[in-house]
Amino acid sequence: MLTARTLENKLSSLYKGGKIVGGVYLGTGQEALSASLGASLIKGRDCFSPLIRDQAGRTAFGEDMLDATRTHLGSARGPMRGRDGNIHRGRPHQGMPAMISHLGTAVSVISGMLIAKRMKGELDGIVGATSIGDGATSTGSFHEGLNMAAVENLPLVVVIADNQFAYSTPRNRQFACESLLERAVGYGVGGVEVDGTDLKATLAGMQQAVTSARQGFGPQLVVARLLRLCGHGEHDDASYVPQELRDSLMGRDCLEVGASQIIEDGLATAEDIEIWRKEAVEEVQEAVATAQRERGPDPYEEDWRATSVEGMQ
Amino acid sequence: MSVTYIDAIHQAQLELLREDKTVFLYGQDIGDFGGAFKATKGFKEEFGPRVLDAPISEDAMIGMAVGAAINGMRPIVEMQFADFSSVAFNQLVNQAGTHYYRTGIPIPITVRMPCGGTPGSGPFHSQMVESIYAHYPGLVVVTPATVSDAYQLLKESVQLDDPVIFCEHKFLYRWLKSASIKGDGLPLGKARLTRAGKHATVVTYSAMVHEAVRAADRLAEEGWEIEVVDLRSVKPLDIDTVLASVARTGRLLALGEGFPWGGVTAEVVSRVVAEGFHLLDAPPLRLNAKDTPIPYHPDLWAAHRPTPESIVEKLRELLNL
Ligand SMILES: Cc1ncc(C[n+]2csc(CCOP(=O)(O)OP(=O)(O)O)c2C)c(N)n1
Repeated sequence: MLTARTLENKLSSLYKGGKIVGGVYLGTGQEALSASLGASLIKGRDCFSPLIRDQAGRTAFGEDMLDATRTHLGSARGPMRGRDGNIHRGRPHQGMPAMISHLGTAVSVISGMLIAKRMKGELDGIVGATSIGDGATSTGSFHEGLNMAAVENLPLVVVIADNQFAYSTPRNRQFACESLLERAVGYGVGGVEVDGTDLKATLAGMQQAVTSARQGFGPQLVVARLLRLCGHGEHDDASYVPQELRDSLMGRDCLEVGASQIIEDGLATAEDIEIWRKEAVEEVQEAVATAQRERGPDPYEEDWRATSVEGMQ
Repeated sequence: MSVTYIDAIHQAQLELLREDKTVFLYGQDIGDFGGAFKATKGFKEEFGPRVLDAPISEDAMIGMAVGAAINGMRPIVEMQFADFSSVAFNQLVNQAGTHYYRTGIPIPITVRMPCGGTPGSGPFHSQMVESIYAHYPGLVVVTPATVSDAYQLLKESVQLDDPVIFCEHKFLYRWLKSASIKGDGLPLGKARLTRAGKHATVVTYSAMVHEAVRAADRLAEEGWEIEVVDLRSVKPLDIDTVLASVARTGRLLALGEGFPWGGVTAEVVSRVVAEGFHLLDAPPLRLNAKDTPIPYHPDLWAAHRPTPESIVEKLRELLNL
């Protein structure tokens, strides 16, 4: 969580300083949820398709920080080689697909990865997971994907970050149910609702869902209530979020809540956290500096080929 | 005072909403927020229920618009990005596109498609969509390149009784300025001679018109006079204006920002060859983007799409044939 927050703050200033082109999309305020998911998965075995606000989950799932800085800064050495940018990155063969922008589309892709494992006899004890925003639950892709996973009884965990807004659109213009948890019944899947600002509660709910999926109880929906504490992207000041909501419990910073919980439970001291913070800053500086030293892709050396087999274009 | 391309789109919609009570707007974040590109800024205040925020449901957005059109409304749907219209593809080509032919009842919807590349936008926020929609019967596909065309063609599109795919280029939104919103009044369906010449014709549309003019400027320094034809709409395609130009110059370059397989430039070339073979002094050429997804990195992006440099190079090849 701390590492992700530190990294994202740096990415934001790089964007504002004109060092990152295109856009920068952060997960500020959603780190507890995303990290809980990433930490509940087993690297090298499970599959995880992160979405736009999942830096913390990526880090917890073991993504190299260089993948993030290289992709944002357009280094030719990143996993996307400058061909795609920012959060549109992944390592599909390490269980992390590279998202496309079209929302909702990862639900069926992760399902397909699980189906392949089932066909090859490798599904036992495996979980596939993806995240989605409240707005993206309005897509046909989300519906078709989750319904299909339910029919196939796949070990899939779909985490909905109900952060009250989809870009500027409030949740009451996206759906008419009180809680998206009600959808779980409709799809015939398991479901759990958590307070996404509360690290302990979120982690507990997440582990329950991941365990259920792992044990063969089919798809699980995790619905987290929280607030995005940043703009949709760093170009957006989120002035459409009312002050009362920011001041409410939903507007709590999960990082602060988490820190006090960790200290209260005697897992670490405030000094420990301060040391982690310094370490995170150093790690981020190193990863940014490395990516900044590297060259971007050279158009003259590109093969400009979109098929793997030569002559198919 | 100067007007930008996005101002023109805003103004056209404002007038349409004021003039015709059956016009309404539907799209993601278009209400109080005023749209991702601010094309609908202030409309929610003035028109209330006629400016509706849509859920992230492109398929349902177009289906709903078709239904409303059947019952007498004239919806304008804003896709947040043209790239996301792929989700609504079925409703667009099979519902909207076939309706008049099957039932005799036209579907007056206009779908605004913010399309085209800007540096750093990547594979899913940069696509051109005119060629895929033009391929399907029943859809009118409009591709304005100027401020006054953005204004006037949008007004005509909404007043037209048939479904219109209105391709507005994001690169032009704020960059392109004009002293006046009023143009020459050329109607939808007619191409425009943007620049007169005699040695070769460039037929193009949308943002590429400006790149073609830049290329023509460079070649003018060497004495070449390049004619530039702006199609304005790719369907209908004003082949008469194209043929008249080729009759003057004898040489054709069809230029587009879309992918190279098929599409508008291939259509232009095949029609000129079929209907005006005798007018050609050299084989016609095409220049498009490359046959890969649109890359994120600005250096790759600049090499992926046609630029004044690559257009000049192609024109030199054409002039030497
Ligand atoms: C199919 C599709 N339509 C539109 C968009 C444009 N878009 C990108 S993010 C976004 C809002 C997403 O909101 P939500 O799913 O609630 O996630 P959040 O941003 O709140 O995390 C929209 C409309 C898109 N990416 N995909």
